[in-house]
Amino acid sequence: MELRNAGSAGTLESSDIMITLHPKTDEGIEIVLESPAKQQFGKAINTTITETLMGLGIHSALVEAKDRGALDCTIKARVETAAMRAAGLDNLEVYP
Amino acid sequence: MMEDKRKRLRRTMLFLPGNNPGILQNAALFGADCVILDLEDSVSPSEKLAARNLVRHALESVEFGDVEKVVRVNATTTPFFRQDLEMIRARPDAIMLPKVNSAQDIIDFDNLASSIEEEEGIQNGSTGLVPIIETAQGVLNVWEIARASSRIVALNFGAEDFSASVGCQRTKEGDEIFHARNATVLAAAAIGADAIDTVFIDVDDEKGLIEDTQLAKKLGMTGKAVIHPRQLDPIHLVFAPTAKEIEHAKRVVAALREAKEKGSGVASLDRRMIDAPVAARAKRVLELAVAMNLIDDNDEKDKKEIQGGGA
Repeated sequence: MELRNAGSAGTLESSDIMITLHPKTDEGIEIVLESPAKQQFGKAINTTITETLMGLGIHSALVEAKDRGALDCTIKARVETAAMRAAGLDNLEVYP
Repeated sequence: MMEDKRKRLRRTMLFLPGNNPGILQNAALFGADCVILDLEDSVSPSEKLAARNLVRHALESVEFGDVEKVVRVNATTTPFFRQDLEMIRARPDAIMLPKVNSAQDIIDFDNLASSIEEEEGIQNGSTGLVPIIETAQGVLNVWEIARASSRIVALNFGAEDFSASVGCQRTKEGDEIFHARNATVLAAAAIGADAIDTVFIDVDDEKGLIEDTQLAKKLGMTGKAVIHPRQLDPIHLVFAPTAKEIEHAKRVVAALREAKEKGSGVASLDRRMIDAPVAARAKRVLELAVAMNLIDDNDEKDKKEIQGGGA
């Protein structure tokens, strides 16, 4: 999946996470995480985001993540949705 | 196998908005017999994709326990339907299909569901179906709809869209939906499926909810769709069997057991033969009583009888 423009998904409500993906020219995934649980879970959240992007074949992205206590399954869902929107695939039949 | 799916307890089917992670992750905690992860009315068109991804991951990760998981997809005529059906891959117990007008809608669904099941290596027909009967056409065709697929575990009547489709005013008394409720009950009963009554939209009117549920039960509805968790307890209470009903059901089951032990083909109680409908009703009463802990621990024998399908 190739990111063509910025794409976001999620909300700032409790138990959710707002993910915004930006394409970037160099390799690597850079994450700017804001979370009340950053101390305890920051590393785990970053890992989930990175693994989800890798699973979609995305190896280069700038990720803004505003976490409000989201579970792993929510983080994965929001990253996938943001990626599909950033890749312009939100109107296609895609099942990652 | 279809029979087992149909036999599940469905006094309450609680709608949960598909794009709300805080609610989805607690789906099993509300106390409903069934939860409906909604991709239709509670999700705006621009959030369909987000809700679909969220519901799929919730189905794969959240612990639902004994609660039945149903996904309400968008109607077959919408551009969202085909992608919504992909949810089958995440193994919900059933799909709820809105605005079903004819048997053909069911046949089309069945074909698509079968091909997805085949691709996923899921047993064909194992995804259940709950059609919503909520249009004039749907009510007129409800019997053809009900018999169009063995996937159907329940029929849900939806009064709000139905009254809009007919052009009548929706009232709390529900005179305008009397026929439609009856038609839904009859079709569901004829195929051995549950009949799930329409939602009661005034969440602050508990008295009205109870009266509406009592009427639905009287007509033969076996459960009710629910839009707020606070409606669950009043509805469960209405569907609870009375002490007298439980006592009678226990006697029926005991008589059946005795006849079986004696090797007799015919059981009787108070000089009347226990025929299949009486046995089935008694079993249903005891199933509800077990589910609601209305049978105390001394009645283990009856519980086993029911849970083992002995009656």
